[in-house]
Amino acid sequence: MTSIPILREREGQIYQKGREPFKMSCGKHSLAGSVSQRACVFCGSRVVLYPIADALHLIHGPIGCAAYTWDIRGALSSGPTLHRYSFSTDLREKDVIFGGEKKLYSALCQLIDAHQPKAAFVYSTCIVGIIGDDVEAVCKKVAKEKGIPVLPVHSEGFKGTKKDGYQAACDALFKLVGEGPTEAVSPCSINILGEFNIGGEAWMIRDYYKRMGVEVVSVMTGDGRVDDVRRSHGAALNVVQCSGAMTFLAEMMKERFGTPYIRVSYFGLEDQSKALYDVAAHFSDHPEIMAKTREIVREEISAVYPELQRIKPDLEGKRAAIYVGGAFKAFSLIKALRYLGMDVVLAGSQTGNEADYEMLRDMCDDGTVILDDANPLELSKYIIEKKADLFIGGVKERPIAFKMGIGFCDHNHERKIPLAGYEGMLNFAREVHATVTSPVWKFAPKAVIS
Amino acid sequence: MFSEEKTEEYTATKNACKLCTPLGASLVFKGIQGAVPLLHGSQGCSTYIRRYLISHFKEPIDIACSNFAEDTAIFGGGANLRIALENILLQYAPEMVGIATTCLSETIGDDVPMFIREFKEMHRGEEMPPLVHISTPSYQGTHMQGFHGAVRATVEALATDQGADDRKANDQKANEKTRVNLFPGMLSPEDLRHLREILTDFGLGFTLLPDYSETLDGPLWTEYQRIPAGGTTVDAIGRTGSAAGSLEFGRVLAAEKNTAGKFLEKEFGVKCHSLGLPIGIGETDRFFKTLEFITGMPTPPRYAEARGRLTDALVDGHKYVSRVKAAVFGEEDLVVGIVSFLSEIGVIPVLCASGGRSGHMVGKIAEIIPDYENKGIRILEDADFVDIEAAAEEVKPDLFIGNSKGYTSARRLNAPLIRIGFPVHDRINGGRLLHVGYAGAQRLFDRIANTVIGKRQDDSSWGYTYM
Repeated sequence: MTSIPILREREGQIYQKGREPFKMSCGKHSLAGSVSQRACVFCGSRVVLYPIADALHLIHGPIGCAAYTWDIRGALSSGPTLHRYSFSTDLREKDVIFGGEKKLYSALCQLIDAHQPKAAFVYSTCIVGIIGDDVEAVCKKVAKEKGIPVLPVHSEGFKGTKKDGYQAACDALFKLVGEGPTEAVSPCSINILGEFNIGGEAWMIRDYYKRMGVEVVSVMTGDGRVDDVRRSHGAALNVVQCSGAMTFLAEMMKERFGTPYIRVSYFGLEDQSKALYDVAAHFSDHPEIMAKTREIVREEISAVYPELQRIKPDLEGKRAAIYVGGAFKAFSLIKALRYLGMDVVLAGSQTGNEADYEMLRDMCDDGTVILDDANPLELSKYIIEKKADLFIGGVKERPIAFKMGIGFCDHNHERKIPLAGYEGMLNFAREVHATVTSPVWKFAPKAVIS
Repeated sequence: MFSEEKTEEYTATKNACKLCTPLGASLVFKGIQGAVPLLHGSQGCSTYIRRYLISHFKEPIDIACSNFAEDTAIFGGGANLRIALENILLQYAPEMVGIATTCLSETIGDDVPMFIREFKEMHRGEEMPPLVHISTPSYQGTHMQGFHGAVRATVEALATDQGADDRKANDQKANEKTRVNLFPGMLSPEDLRHLREILTDFGLGFTLLPDYSETLDGPLWTEYQRIPAGGTTVDAIGRTGSAAGSLEFGRVLAAEKNTAGKFLEKEFGVKCHSLGLPIGIGETDRFFKTLEFITGMPTPPRYAEARGRLTDALVDGHKYVSRVKAAVFGEEDLVVGIVSFLSEIGVIPVLCASGGRSGHMVGKIAEIIPDYENKGIRILEDADFVDIEAAAEEVKPDLFIGNSKGYTSARRLNAPLIRIGFPVHDRINGGRLLHVGYAGAQRLFDRIANTVIGKRQDDSSWGYTYM
């Protein structure tokens, strides 16, 4: 049982709370041959920019990168849906030999003519970095000819981790910021950063802020529009969700435009409420905002509270494992699961930093396994050892949970239902309840733990 | 008309109807017992391919990666490949490692065969599983080239003629089981199970390569299986050089010079029978005839009975499907197989499309429907879903037959989609779809006929309950 060996080089990335000293080795490149759950730089850029619905997204490289990211995300748009296409220069052998610039130029021109986007993002994949296409020059030329911003995204897969992809995406977005008019922007206004409108989450959150009396200038990038990004420097405050993805942009905007930022999370009643109160507190010279916020929080919680109370007894004492992309989400999930009466026995992330892991350590109970950049063998080992009843992760983690005969909740970008906000917490509780209390587990053979 | 080549005035590929070569290779390696696929390149490739395959098979799919970093891309991937292999041997204790390159390692010119030789040299004296390498730059061909290439590379690396003499001697012995090779192409686990059943019922010994019928469609586990049970054994692949014959499915594949079956014929004199995918009655008949020829025994009665029930069902349902117009898309050989079946039941495949670009699909469809042009049938090679949808708007199919990626087009054109092939990302039965044999034709026919009937019923003003 659980005879799975842990690779020696990975020992510093696995920690059980209570076994000091705690020094998580993180932020490292994934170990070759370890079957990491991580993706690449390109993936990071694609995640962040994907929801901008009126922009053209062209992936410059052979077909794979585009095919695997075609319409896989649940990011909804209230208008244009150009983001749901997957455009690729689909490089062939002779392009690799002679260069792909001509093809890129031709593809960009034709796509822009056909779809009239507000801007175009051109993603460089691994091979483009190697063959040395001058993507910048092509973008500049097309931008001039077509009169729209054409932004290169330096997302060669091998040039770091997913986090570097977030940075590349933020660099590209930042070129738009400051380009639009801001005269009409209210002094009580914010941008929402790091919210991607999965299943319509951005709409719910926008609505809360609107009801508080706070104008949302742009959501970056959920239900995103190029013109909104261009005027986003007019907002008084940046509200950043998710530790990894868009803090880079918030930092850049702070430096260039002096826009302050706060970090929030929209998952779970506690964090969602705090996300509203923190914004209200920022606009303390408008006390009516805080008053309205209190009202909204009361109203929203009362709406979901009775059903949450009915769900909780069934989940009391059940054990959960969490493995997500960014560590910030794990914090919220731990709180949300505790609210439901559940214990967290494993918490890990693909991209956490030292501060994130220290925070996790502080939040977790003794014995909780904390993992950085894990793989299926490690995840399954601890799920069994810690007798988890539920696993929260993404598509790649789902079969690990199901094969081991435990429940699963998808908390990644592929899901189609909103899990953020108050309504989202109810969806989350319902989903966790549905999977953990399903009668199917009685057919699953159980491991005997010695 | 109608092979519509892309012109010089280049436009982008929009919503590809194909995937990259390493995906096909990874799938083959998942069908070999004890094998771990290793992609030599960036982390993203293995993660994206895992994710894509998981969404179809709904099974854990561990694919390792040599995790290039920026310095690797500059100085070469030798060290990374070594570390990756060492970690895989340690963590997975594999019986084989299938190494497929990505466009990155190919372009920087990594000499993977040399890296493998060096690795073996470093570990001289230690027990070492076979390390099979295939070159799969994603800018050459599609996932099907990766798939067939990996089958061929594995056979080339492992097949021996050991036992060929025994075979000749054994041919004299009446009690010796005849052993054949079957290279089925990219089918579903359910298809592979059905093929195994057929070969077993013929009393044949066989090497089915690849065979992911158990590794990618298995039961629940009590502990994580580092490598799921099942698959073609390395030993069995070794014996492919001494088999009584090879069967290789795919009319488009048959047009290729270099296949696993042809390699065995050339190197070891193992006769290669190239057949179409046995989809529909005609192609299945040909498959059974070949088995009869090889074994010298008649088709077991249960298959004759299944064929009988199938033909009876075709008669019962023929009026509902007669002259129904279908758009068929997916891998070239699958399209050709489905076209062959549709032409048997009276459905007109008004649009036949593939992202594949072997250049053989039009000719193969013309073999089945020589007057396809007169029938107004459009054939698109190297097509994407924007091309397919544009053509569909013109030919107005009544239904779509293909993978899940055609859903948005089918939805926009208000025609039902019958999901077959790969990937099936929006239903739970991707691994359990049966396409081949009389049983496969039966299920396909029932689905097509009932889909047409259901649509008419839903569209009717009075929602009839009796036909």
